[in-house]
Amino acid sequence: MAEEKKLFKVTIDNITIEVEPGTTILNAARMIGGDVAPPAMCYYSKLKGSGGKCRTCLVEVAQGSTADPRPMPKLVASCRTNVMDGMVVKNITSERVLDARNGVVEFLLINHPLDCPICDQAGECHLQDLSYEHGKAGTRYEFQRRTFEKHDLGPYIQLHMTRCILCYRCVYVADQVTNKRVHGVLDRGDHAEIATYIEKALDNDFIGNVIDVCPVGALTDKTFRFKNRVWFLKPVDAHRDCPKCAGKVTLWYRGDEVFRVTGRKDQWGEVHDWICNECRFEKKKTSDWVIEGPTRVSRHSVISANHYVNVAKPEEKLPQIMGRPPKITLNIHDISDVNKPEIHLSELPGPAHSDDFNK
Amino acid sequence: MGRKLLLEKAHIEGIRYYDTYRREGGYAAVEKALKMTPDEVTDQVKKSGLRGRGGAGFPTGMKWSFLAKPEGVPRYLVCNADESEPGTFKDRYLMEHIPHLLIEGLIVSSYALGSNRTYIYIRGEYAWIVDILEQAVAEAKKNGWLGNNIKGSGFNLEIYVHRGAGAYICGEETALIESLEGKRGNPRIKPPFPAVKGLWDCPTVVNNVETLAAVVPIINMGGEEYAKIGVGKSTGTKLISACGNINKPGVYEIDMTISVEEFIYSDEYCGGIANGKRLKACIPGGSSVPILPANLLLKTAKGETRMMNYESLADGGFQTGSMMGSGGFIVLDEDQCVVRHTLTLARFYRHESCGQCSPCREGTGWMEKILKNIEYGKGKMSDIDLLWDIQRRIEGNTICPLGDAAAWPVAAAIRHFRDEFEWHVTNREECLKRNYGLANYAEPIKATA
Repeated sequence: MAEEKKLFKVTIDNITIEVEPGTTILNAARMIGGDVAPPAMCYYSKLKGSGGKCRTCLVEVAQGSTADPRPMPKLVASCRTNVMDGMVVKNITSERVLDARNGVVEFLLINHPLDCPICDQAGECHLQDLSYEHGKAGTRYEFQRRTFEKHDLGPYIQLHMTRCILCYRCVYVADQVTNKRVHGVLDRGDHAEIATYIEKALDNDFIGNVIDVCPVGALTDKTFRFKNRVWFLKPVDAHRDCPKCAGKVTLWYRGDEVFRVTGRKDQWGEVHDWICNECRFEKKKTSDWVIEGPTRVSRHSVISANHYVNVAKPEEKLPQIMGRPPKITLNIHDISDVNKPEIHLSELPGPAHSDDFNK
Repeated sequence: MGRKLLLEKAHIEGIRYYDTYRREGGYAAVEKALKMTPDEVTDQVKKSGLRGRGGAGFPTGMKWSFLAKPEGVPRYLVCNADESEPGTFKDRYLMEHIPHLLIEGLIVSSYALGSNRTYIYIRGEYAWIVDILEQAVAEAKKNGWLGNNIKGSGFNLEIYVHRGAGAYICGEETALIESLEGKRGNPRIKPPFPAVKGLWDCPTVVNNVETLAAVVPIINMGGEEYAKIGVGKSTGTKLISACGNINKPGVYEIDMTISVEEFIYSDEYCGGIANGKRLKACIPGGSSVPILPANLLLKTAKGETRMMNYESLADGGFQTGSMMGSGGFIVLDEDQCVVRHTLTLARFYRHESCGQCSPCREGTGWMEKILKNIEYGKGKMSDIDLLWDIQRRIEGNTICPLGDAAAWPVAAAIRHFRDEFEWHVTNREECLKRNYGLANYAEPIKATA
């Protein structure tokens, strides 16, 4: 068994990396990190069978492998395509990819209500990130946006079908994490919707995880609904001895009040552990938890734009690949009087107030 | 007079029933095939040059040879009878009139592929054909052509007829497999291809009805003999379902050596354009292939006569050509409006999109809305360019070919008939009152280029 596993050499945007056979292009790109990793709206590494649906992770394969160097004629979904030895992939260096991705963002947004100002997901929404990075400012869609009949999913989970991008992640969660799936995709085409067949509440112990996996604001926490904006909250890692789940969570504080509890997410917005409904919805007191310290905030959160002490900055790969500095992202200090850089939000004792900045 | 292989005996009274079919020489191919090894049967199909008749035109023998054959894992053959393409009704005719030909083809093909359970996935709307097929299966079983140890060969086979629930997308092979497994008919992401992981994760071949029926004459006459019919890589005969503004709509068997002009105008086939009108355009291969205007239909861009075969119809790529597709030959006369026609197709694809991947789910609906605006006199000039942009971004970026199928008709309509779209935009009042065709053909288009 001493035989060493042969590693595949793959070049993504002129950066070469060695990965194990069976790795997808997307995961190889994530190993490189930074801007090289294609965006993924439907792929979720912890859910088997997810991916391939949203088409935002399309990449160009300029060389199939060393053995068969022909390029692939179509753009491929990087989340569902395995790397081959000697494969050459173009992501942000390919005009075709950027154009297709621009198109996909447009398609995702034409029927999206764009109700970010009243959406609880705003600030940690992957669709916001995606449209900011790859979309256009205007829209060419001049028709009424799609609406749905409302479905009630019970006391914990709020469904906003108009915001849904049909990534199927919540369906996979119910299939793979809970013991019985009661919701699914009904109907087809542009009138497909997430619903239970006959109005039913989702009441499985682990069904709350659909909130964490939802890339947009389609499934949100009813106990946190309209309570606060996520960027006013301070995430803190905590754990408790939970008989059902790992009990490792992130508490979202404002002042000394816990507004919501979520799973701990990595830099790609994916949770480390599934948590149970009790931890998520019932335990909202500091005394329920053992505090570990401030969470490292991922690039998928608008909080990282604030001057928060523990921000995990993405690695800058752009200058290396494109030979130009990255697109200047919005600097909140340029347009806002609050949030002065010299004042650390996370060190304020209570909720942030304009008085704190205008002393 | 073209040669007929599939429909040669379709007109014989009672051919639907086993006794007549057997008396007319039916099931000879099974007898012959069971004396050969499975690989020899596959070899004959390879030699015949038979190409998939469902639309893509992929060589059948090659598809069969891709089938993975791991030990101890069952293999499946699935017959795709989910014929839902607008304008295509050839399989329906075949199954309705001569069902035993399909059963015979299925037995031979199953033997070649080593499938002991073979499924016919039939379109839900073909409710009465299900009865015909089930009766044919029962008759075949009663006479020992199905079941265990068929005619002493040691080969076992059961055929099951499975009804779809009425979705165009289930004609896509992986969606069909999902549907057959009892799931929602969403196409799977390829790879893995069905030849490796198909029905219940076992190696599977999905073939069209006509393809499997064509295996019967191939075995009867030999692959090399079959390959002599037709031209080049378009071997054998093809069923064409002709419809639209022609004198004699119906299903015709052609041997791919006749020209498009002959097919439309000769009395043997379509019998010319109805009511003495002029030919305006034609979709030569079912609703999803690009539409061609009369001049490009009858002659290729190089000035050669366009023939009814795979290569010639595709000559010129999508710029000036089209595709053989599934053989749904839709003819439009001078009075028809291409914008309205394109809208009808766009509405169909919007309704039939499975909604799994974003470009197709959102793009098809968007295209339909824009086309509706243009057709009903609310369009803008910029809408035409927008349509072009939308179809460009759908094509090739989706999981399954339905996205392409939705994009191509729109692209071709704009490419060849942009003036009609512009007329709709500039004559808002008039386009509500009459068709473009009726309004604008004071200048006669040339019936023959």
